[in-house]
Amino acid sequence: MSLALSIGLLAAAGVFLVLQRGMIRIILGFILLTHAVNLLIIAAGGVARRDAPFANGDTSMAADPLPQAFVLTAIVIAFAITVVLATLAVVSKGDDDTEGGPKSKALDNEANKGGDLK
Amino acid sequence: MMNLMEALLPLFVAAPLFLGAVLLILPRTHPLQYIVATGSLLAVLAGSISLLVTVSDGTVLAHQISLWPEGIAIAFVADAFSALILTAASLVALLSFQYMAVSGESRSPSIPALVLILVGGVSGALLTADLFNLFVFIEVMLLPSYGLLIFLSRREDMAGSRLFAVVNLLASTLFLAGIGLIYAIQGTVNLAALAGTGADPATAIATAMCLSAIAVKAAVFPAHGWLSRAYASGSPAVTALFSGLHTKVAVYVIYRISAVIFEGDSAWMTAILVVACLTLVVGALAALGESNIRSLLLFQMVSGIGFILVGVGLFTPEGLTAGIVYMVHHMIVMGSLLLVSSAIEHTYGSGQLERIAGLRTREHLLTGVFVIGSLSLVGLPPFSGFVAKYALVLASADAGLAILAGLLLIVSLFVLMAMMKVWANMFNGKRHPDVEILAAEERIRTRNGLYDLAVLDPEEVAQEAARAVEHLEPPRGSHRNESDPHQNRGTRVPVALIFPALILGGLSVALGFGGEFLVSLAEQASAGLIDTSDYVKSVMGR
Repeated sequence: MSLALSIGLLAAAGVFLVLQRGMIRIILGFILLTHAVNLLIIAAGGVARRDAPFANGDTSMAADPLPQAFVLTAIVIAFAITVVLATLAVVSKGDDDTEGGPKSKALDNEANKGGDLK
Repeated sequence: MMNLMEALLPLFVAAPLFLGAVLLILPRTHPLQYIVATGSLLAVLAGSISLLVTVSDGTVLAHQISLWPEGIAIAFVADAFSALILTAASLVALLSFQYMAVSGESRSPSIPALVLILVGGVSGALLTADLFNLFVFIEVMLLPSYGLLIFLSRREDMAGSRLFAVVNLLASTLFLAGIGLIYAIQGTVNLAALAGTGADPATAIATAMCLSAIAVKAAVFPAHGWLSRAYASGSPAVTALFSGLHTKVAVYVIYRISAVIFEGDSAWMTAILVVACLTLVVGALAALGESNIRSLLLFQMVSGIGFILVGVGLFTPEGLTAGIVYMVHHMIVMGSLLLVSSAIEHTYGSGQLERIAGLRTREHLLTGVFVIGSLSLVGLPPFSGFVAKYALVLASADAGLAILAGLLLIVSLFVLMAMMKVWANMFNGKRHPDVEILAAEERIRTRNGLYDLAVLDPEEVAQEAARAVEHLEPPRGSHRNESDPHQNRGTRVPVALIFPALILGGLSVALGFGGEFLVSLAEQASAGLIDTSDYVKSVMGR
């Protein structure tokens, strides 16, 4: 139950942050969302059995290793993408917005008024 | 031969990834950058063609990674469907990369390496038979794509790249959650082991979560709006590259999951059909409202995704065949048209329809390629679009959905209207007096480093424009045109830039005349989707 509640809380907070406009909040939101999904995958393997698999030859209470492998992979990927997103937040001219206005080149506007190259 | 091909399946992923890593180490102006990248893209294309030849009789090749027992190992599978899509994807990737090499974009840092890694991810996503592995390969595709978009975007316009990253990350996270749920219910994420489990409602809902996540990546209505905004900010050549890879891999996954897990369950397929119809109508209507050639083509792409998904929505042998034919046709034609728009934007510095007018009298070859591409997209004979659309309309009518067949034809009319809009504004019409200024500005920016921010000196631009008008002769056979301010002199698109689009256009003509060949391959592919027992058997060994 506590696992389900934490997943729900993380997902709700993550969704709220992702819906913001600024990139930093979106990144924080994604960190929470990926944590929610990681917990979900751990929960998918069953959390009641959590012994080491080959400790004493008894596998009846051994933890399922596959979801752990999944989560490990997912964490690495999420980390890499967080770095990419953080880069995206700073490479630009002082804005971290996800809404782009109709940008035109400086000369484009001048040319619109009618150039003098005849 | 078959065993050899099976053992070589992982090379489709490993070789591009490894060579991409090698290219990252080499200095960016090293001649090996181009040679290695082109060579390995050619090798992937040759490999996928030989794969296609091997599996075209309906055999399914499977390789268990590290030779673990079947069912435990993560398998790589190639059947007619995956081999066909892999061939088309690697062809589009090769030609887009050639375009980038000619236009100078591939000389930006690490672009050849990123293209190779992207192609490695695409092969992995098309060949893997494991859902979690699929997620990983989609991420392998996405990471270099972020790089390509960012490196080749104008620095002041990062919003599109951010949107692309955010939308894809959200969809990936959803997809991963769906995989977790499937694992919770079924205890496996091996696609073949999951065959037919869609009959169980809980599994069906978990799988539907995966499908909806993938549908976002495929730009299916109502999540189609991100595509044109995200792709429009990057370099046009990158758009052409992505058009053949990203959305098409997503559509491939929708086909595969619908066939293997849902086994064409009619309730779910009807849902897909409804969404597909909405996508194709909305895409075609949105394209009519665009005033930039690239955004217009991108909405045609959304509409095309709808057409392709109609095939899986019908889930009859004819419907699937038609959908697969349409998919291959769409990859080729969309690649050709987007490369045409790339050439225009690269040379003239703008893709605004009304700013670049009068291309018809100056750019004969480019106009020819554009006409081939547009008519093929609309679905007129003798191009591949006719074969694809005819098959799709026939399949809908056969399935008793005459109204759907009518809808497909009406939407084709909208597509024709959108392409006529491009023709009327961009190719016909009087040449804008400022076109040389825009082109000169683009040339100067290219010389200074592709996407430099610095505001250019208007004097320098005017001089460059005047020089172009003075030195560049009018095209051969063009008569003096009094309405043209520069009497047909000045900037023209280099033939080398048009060449990749020309090859794809020629292929569309060839597939139009030799439609039988493509249809027979697609029939083999759809047979493998209708009856998945061979697929399951080769992965699970029973």
